[in-house]
Amino acid sequence: MAATQVNPTRMELSRLKKKLNTATRGHKLLKDKRDELMRRFLELVKENKLLREKVENDIKKANSNFVLAKASMSQETLNASLLAPKQEIYVDVSEKNVMSVDIPVFDYTTRTPDSNDIYSYGFAFTSSDLDDAVKSLADLLPDLIKLAEIEKSCQLMAAEIEKTRRRVNALEHVMIPDTREQIRYITRKLDENERSTQTRLMKVKDMMLKEAHGY
Amino acid sequence: MYKIAVIGDRDSVYGFSALGMDTYFVKPEEEPAKLFKKLCQSDSYSIIYITEALAAVIEDEIEKYADQKTPAVILIPGTTGNTGQGMAAVKTSVEKAVGSDIFND
Repeated sequence: MAATQVNPTRMELSRLKKKLNTATRGHKLLKDKRDELMRRFLELVKENKLLREKVENDIKKANSNFVLAKASMSQETLNASLLAPKQEIYVDVSEKNVMSVDIPVFDYTTRTPDSNDIYSYGFAFTSSDLDDAVKSLADLLPDLIKLAEIEKSCQLMAAEIEKTRRRVNALEHVMIPDTREQIRYITRKLDENERSTQTRLMKVKDMMLKEAHGY
Repeated sequence: MYKIAVIGDRDSVYGFSALGMDTYFVKPEEEPAKLFKKLCQSDSYSIIYITEALAAVIEDEIEKYADQKTPAVILIPGTTGNTGQGMAAVKTSVEKAVGSDIFND
C-alpha cells in the first residue's frame, strides 16, 4: 500500500498515469545526464590530478629557487625588489555549459605584453638567482591558471553529479514505485466498484422479474 | 576583469607578486579567515591561491565557496613542504561524485 492515500476516481487515475509517464521520462533523462556528467568528470579529474602533480612539483622547484635567491641577497634588497611589481595580471571569466553545469573558463591577460616585465627591479643589486626564481614561477603561470579552471570545474561537476544521483535515486526508488502502487490501488478499487454495480443490477433485475411474473 | 590573489606566509608567496598577482601575507594565528572572507566578498578576485598550511586552518570557510563559480580557491604547497592536502581535495570531489575513491594509487 502506498504511503499516501489517494481518491479512487477516474480523474485521479488519469492524473497519476500522466505523473508516472513524466516521472519515467524524467528518470531516463536524468540517468543519461548523470552518466554523461560522470564520463566528463572522470576525464577532467584525471587531467586535474596530473596537472596538480606537475604544478606542485614546479612550485616546489620555484620555492627552492627563491630560497637560493634569498640566501645570496640581503632581506631588504629582496623585499625592495619585489615591492613594486611592473606587471599586472587580469583574469577574464567566461562560462562554459557542460550538461547544465556552468563551469568557468579563465582567460588571463597581462597589463603589458612584454614578458620581461616580470622583473620589477634593476639588475644591479639583485642576484641572478632571483631572476631564475621569478622566471620559474612565470613559466608556471599558464599551468596555474589551467589548474584553477579544471579544479573548480571538478568541484562544481562533483556537486552536480551528487545532486543528479540523488534525484535519479529518488525517482527510481520512491516516486515511480509509489505512483505505480497508487495506480494499481485505484484500478482495483474501480474494478471492484464495477463488479459491485454489476451484481447489484443483476440482483435488481431478478427482483423485478420476480415481481412481474411471480417466479 | 578579475584579479588573482595569493594568500600565505611571506616566504611562500612573495614571489607571486612579480607576476602581477596580489599577495597577502598572513600567519595562521593572525585570523586568516577574516582576510579570506574579505577577499571573497570583495568580488574582485576570480582565483585565490592559498598555501596548504593556511588552508588547513580555515577549511570551513573554503568549503563555503566550493559550489560558487568564483572565486576558485586553489591550494598550493608552501615553503614548508607539500602536505598532500591539495591532492586530498581532488580526491574528495571524486568521492563526492562517484561514491568512493576510484583513483586509489
